[in-house]
Amino acid sequence: MQAEIFAAMRQSILDGTADQAGDLARKALEQGIAPLDAIDQGFVPGMNQVGEMYAQHKMFLPDMLASAEAMKAAMIVLEPELKRQGGERPTAGTVVLGTAKGDIHEIGKTLVGTLLTAHGFQVHDLGVDVTGERFAAKAREVGADIVGVSALLTTTMGGQRSVIEVLSREGLRPKVKVIVGGAPVTRRWAEEIGADGYGKDALSAVTLVKSLVQK
Amino acid sequence: MRPKLELLDRSLVDRILGEAFELLNSPGIKVGTPAVLEMLAAAGSRINDGVAHIPESLVRRALESVPREFFLYDRGGKPAVHYGGDDVHFDPGSSCLNILDPETQQPRPALSADLVRMVQVTEMLPQYAAQSTAMVCNDVPAGMGDWYRLLLILWYSDKPMVTGAFGVGTLRTMLELLAADSGGYEALRAKPRAVFDVCPSPPLNWSGFASQNMVELARAGVPAEIISMPLAGATAPVTLAGSIVQHAAESLGGIVIHQLAKPGAPVVWGGAPAIFDMSSGNTPMGAMETAMLDAGCAQVGKSLGLPTHAYLVASDARRIDAQAGLESASSAVLGALVGINMISGAGMLDFLACHSIEKLVIDAEAIAGAQRLLAGVEPRTEKLAVAMFAQTGFSGEFLKLKETRALFRKEQHFPSAVIDRSGDPNAPDLFTRTRQLVSDLLARYQRPPIPQEIEKALLAIARREATAAGLDHLPGLVLQGSEVPVS
Repeated sequence: MQAEIFAAMRQSILDGTADQAGDLARKALEQGIAPLDAIDQGFVPGMNQVGEMYAQHKMFLPDMLASAEAMKAAMIVLEPELKRQGGERPTAGTVVLGTAKGDIHEIGKTLVGTLLTAHGFQVHDLGVDVTGERFAAKAREVGADIVGVSALLTTTMGGQRSVIEVLSREGLRPKVKVIVGGAPVTRRWAEEIGADGYGKDALSAVTLVKSLVQK
Repeated sequence: MRPKLELLDRSLVDRILGEAFELLNSPGIKVGTPAVLEMLAAAGSRINDGVAHIPESLVRRALESVPREFFLYDRGGKPAVHYGGDDVHFDPGSSCLNILDPETQQPRPALSADLVRMVQVTEMLPQYAAQSTAMVCNDVPAGMGDWYRLLLILWYSDKPMVTGAFGVGTLRTMLELLAADSGGYEALRAKPRAVFDVCPSPPLNWSGFASQNMVELARAGVPAEIISMPLAGATAPVTLAGSIVQHAAESLGGIVIHQLAKPGAPVVWGGAPAIFDMSSGNTPMGAMETAMLDAGCAQVGKSLGLPTHAYLVASDARRIDAQAGLESASSAVLGALVGINMISGAGMLDFLACHSIEKLVIDAEAIAGAQRLLAGVEPRTEKLAVAMFAQTGFSGEFLKLKETRALFRKEQHFPSAVIDRSGDPNAPDLFTRTRQLVSDLLARYQRPPIPQEIEKALLAIARREATAAGLDHLPGLVLQGSEVPVS
């Protein structure tokens, strides 16, 4: 019986049907299934399979976004119950995200945030046109493991370097890893400015963040 | 007959424009400059929280005052680029951060010397009607990046140019440089040498800088080229038709701002639309769908009788390979068939992140092919073939005919060494041949003579601005064999 509902949960994530995922989460609670079991045995395997299928070019970004939304719909139902029972889903890590100062492009960073959330990270999205000082303040406030800075323009990439400089100046660099991304950003640029990593796309950003928090 | 390509039928063009008018009214366009919002309000737009709701009647009025054509002039004051009708011109892509190093064949940050070499090569290639401020020179402070590129072009070229400003303050420096080159602001207005790209931010947002930029250019009488960049599926509707609607709305919004600032000022219906790659999240400039967006957007502009621009002939390949060739050549042909007035993008690789002088030389051959195609099939003799057969009979000796000798230069384009027709099994590969060609072009290049008073005026502005930026030399600016000092 449980195997059946877990399979349906996985499928709802693969299909990217948020309504279905929410309904299944509620049904699981009604049936007395532990919220953490629903997450770990039902929904998370779906998200993992989505990642694999994306890597194989069998699923694409809109599919993956829909899956992440379905994951969110399930978590909205399950998390309060989890807390009520005195439990908590272990956080994979805390990430502060934003687009560099002077840059108002948010699609890349939002995509990364959505996927990180779906993979169990706590994400604080500061939006666009964010100064190094704001990144630093938020990182300190939430005890961030990772700060991610996006830039779409060649003219705003310098903002990524500034964020690293501010974090260093404020003594946060030993605790906080910095990752950078965006269309003009390259591995070489990441190395040049002293970032800890660079992701060429949203999914590789997730892999990168996972590997950095394990270090 | 000149071959021509249209992707949209009349009813689809009408639907696109109809929906663009709807979007301009609701949700409207965001405008980041309070003074521009006031101007739009005074002209009859409803303003609400930084958003202008522009009625169709106001857009129609703006369209009435837009010039249907204009010219860019060379240094000698001769018209060199005709914006209007179906005339087609090409220029290199713009504002690239990296250059493909010809030795390592790897990207590295571009320097002033790289831009100088590109300007010199562009000057030598007739396929490029205009120069482009093609690279961001990493050896000058970012705050002077835009005007410095322009200065290097003015220093090394006679051709007109496609450029753009990074800020309002530096836009004024750029206009000052152009005025110095033309012999004053009135002379610049009368015979502009440059067109300025101005980019709204998708979706439907004319930022503070972009909207102010439009106003300044209109008032200076220097042509503005609107570069709307819908990203189909990401920052714009996923359908090509839907993205073309958004492009039209953003462009029309820009035209309203521009024409309100100065009715009759020259403006171009340009763009750099692209699809959003649903696998990588990249913006493939070499995709056929991207070229189709460009073609569709340009056709909408043409339906309004406006001068047009598009971003084509760029490739997403990271190096000079078959992908670079096929993406660039196919979009060059497509853009030419649509009759787009200015096609920017040649030389560019890696999603516009990397420029290559070698690719620019290769693309020149794709462009030459497209230009040959546009020249079409002409009946150059009274009898098409019969009179020649009357001379040769069955001998097949057409090579000897006087018609052959008289006409083969008109019928055939003779490609550079980019195209290998030697049949030599030991011929060097494409990159080696092209690198040699670049060296040959640079060796033959001669700096055009610039009147001394213009040189002095340009230098005075450059020295003033460079001093303010804390620079002690002017990289890439060479006079009588040595780099020009600031003081």
